[in-house]
Amino acid sequence: MTARRSRIARQTLVFAGLLALFAAAFVVSLCVGRFSVPAGRALELIWLGITDPTRELGAIDERIVLLVRAPRVVLAALAGAGLALSGAALQGVFRNPLVSPDILGISQGAAFGGALGIMLGIWGLPLIGMVFVSGLVALILVGMLSRVNGRTETVTVILCGLVVSSMFSAVVSLLQFVADPNTSLPAIVYWLMGSFATATWERTLIAAPGLIIGGVLLWMLRFRLNILSLDEAEAQSLGANTTRERWLVFGLIAVIVGSQVAVSGIIGWIGIVIPHAARLLVGHDHRALLPAAVVLGAGFMVIIDTLARTATAAEIPLGVITALVGAPIFAVLLRNHYRERHAS
Amino acid sequence: MIGLDNATVRFGTRTIIDGLSFSVPVGRTMAILGPNGRGKTTTLKAMLGFQPLNAGRRIAPEIVGYVPQTGTGNQRYRGIDIAVMGRAAHLGLFGQPGSADFEIARSALERAGAARFADHYFDRLSGGERQLVLLARALATGSEALVLDEPAAALDLHNQERLLNLLNALRQPRDRAIVFTTHDPNHALTAADDALLMMPGGQPLFGPVSETITPEHLEHLYGVPMRVVELAGPSGETHRAVLPAFAGTRAA
Repeated sequence: MTARRSRIARQTLVFAGLLALFAAAFVVSLCVGRFSVPAGRALELIWLGITDPTRELGAIDERIVLLVRAPRVVLAALAGAGLALSGAALQGVFRNPLVSPDILGISQGAAFGGALGIMLGIWGLPLIGMVFVSGLVALILVGMLSRVNGRTETVTVILCGLVVSSMFSAVVSLLQFVADPNTSLPAIVYWLMGSFATATWERTLIAAPGLIIGGVLLWMLRFRLNILSLDEAEAQSLGANTTRERWLVFGLIAVIVGSQVAVSGIIGWIGIVIPHAARLLVGHDHRALLPAAVVLGAGFMVIIDTLARTATAAEIPLGVITALVGAPIFAVLLRNHYRERHAS
Repeated sequence: MIGLDNATVRFGTRTIIDGLSFSVPVGRTMAILGPNGRGKTTTLKAMLGFQPLNAGRRIAPEIVGYVPQTGTGNQRYRGIDIAVMGRAAHLGLFGQPGSADFEIARSALERAGAARFADHYFDRLSGGERQLVLLARALATGSEALVLDEPAAALDLHNQERLLNLLNALRQPRDRAIVFTTHDPNHALTAADDALLMMPGGQPLFGPVSETITPEHLEHLYGVPMRVVELAGPSGETHRAVLPAFAGTRAA
């Protein structure tokens, strides 16, 4: 009984800490930048924006906070949460802590759609539609290739994901090779490196439905994810239709990652580093892991994005920072993980 | 009731089980005996529905309480979280276990003698301890059928006795069909009503323990001379026990 109570107390503390971290990152991100706004004023502006959304925006700080920074922070938080959630769910379903949303070919497939769209001069909603559809096509390709004699093995899915990923990334390279170096090439390259610089409320609203619906459905599957994280035979004996349910999870992840890539390009590492960190904090049970990954992913993404736009005069591509920050963290996590395993 | 009806399984050109029929009704316990490679595991998988049949059919309730040998080790769940997974079939795709499900899981841990592992991480338990938690999960399914894969294979003698006592305690109310595989015919004598002997030449023998666990059948089964002896148990009454009379053995 006491063990259970102290565990609940510990989890409450962890979640309180994560939420505080996220709230702090959110407020700081609204305040800092080339035009700095005091925290009190930023919160007041957000409050005014919520209570009276139709208000004329006159002052420069109002326009910066409500039209530039707020949509950007919200979009970064949603994208970070979605990527972390997808990674956590995927690692559970694959019973492998080293897989991430890129492994299913979704990111590279989506990148192909985006690069092609930019090259053809398509912008706005049609571009986002192309990104989304090509991400799904990549997933369906993986699904068809990995189905051998009516059965789908997990290892085959990972290998087919790699194959489809490299196929799409080769085509993306080809598109870059033939793209106009004065117009579309820089746009493609910049987009591939990931950025929230172009965030507006409109883009946030385009990405939000996919991220939120996919996220809520994954959250509803949290106990099922525990079952799917067991051996194939065990999961089936407990009544799970493992193949069909796994593809349901993949489909939801495609919706989340497709929505995210469509508005902010490819952002690596979040989907692998954040679930690991969340697992260290709250354990492997998806009922606690998923919300922890969501809050941590959102906070981490906001911090990274804030660094990206404030660290230097020009904006640093997000992919560069997530890799620079994520890879060392991942290395440390991995070493600790194995040290602990050997010690036990 | 759980069993197979005229079931055949082939791997390529090799026939593993051929027209196998047996059934274990609620209230009885069956032991599957045989040397390695005669299809014990295949039979078990076929009963559980993991192994597609080339012919024949499987008789089983929708959910069978399955106790694997070790279970998935790399996910860090607590004992109670493992046990409550037995409720999954009752909860559906989007369902979450409620307090009633945790109550069932707790009493299942109790029955399996694993209550003290409720708050322990599964991956930190020993093989024998894990097995008890997995047994609790199988009990929590509420299935009338319970299938155990080599439950005694990894246990020392003391834990073998505890497991056999546990199996007998589960068997006593006569409210479920229990099947387990084992290498030791003594386990069948102690904890089973019926036995399925995976004989050489693909002619399995199925029947009550008193008729199937005999020196002649066991010699045929294992290809080793066998003796059945009468032993006085700890409380005075006599038990039958089976011993191999290995050719090279000399009484010390």
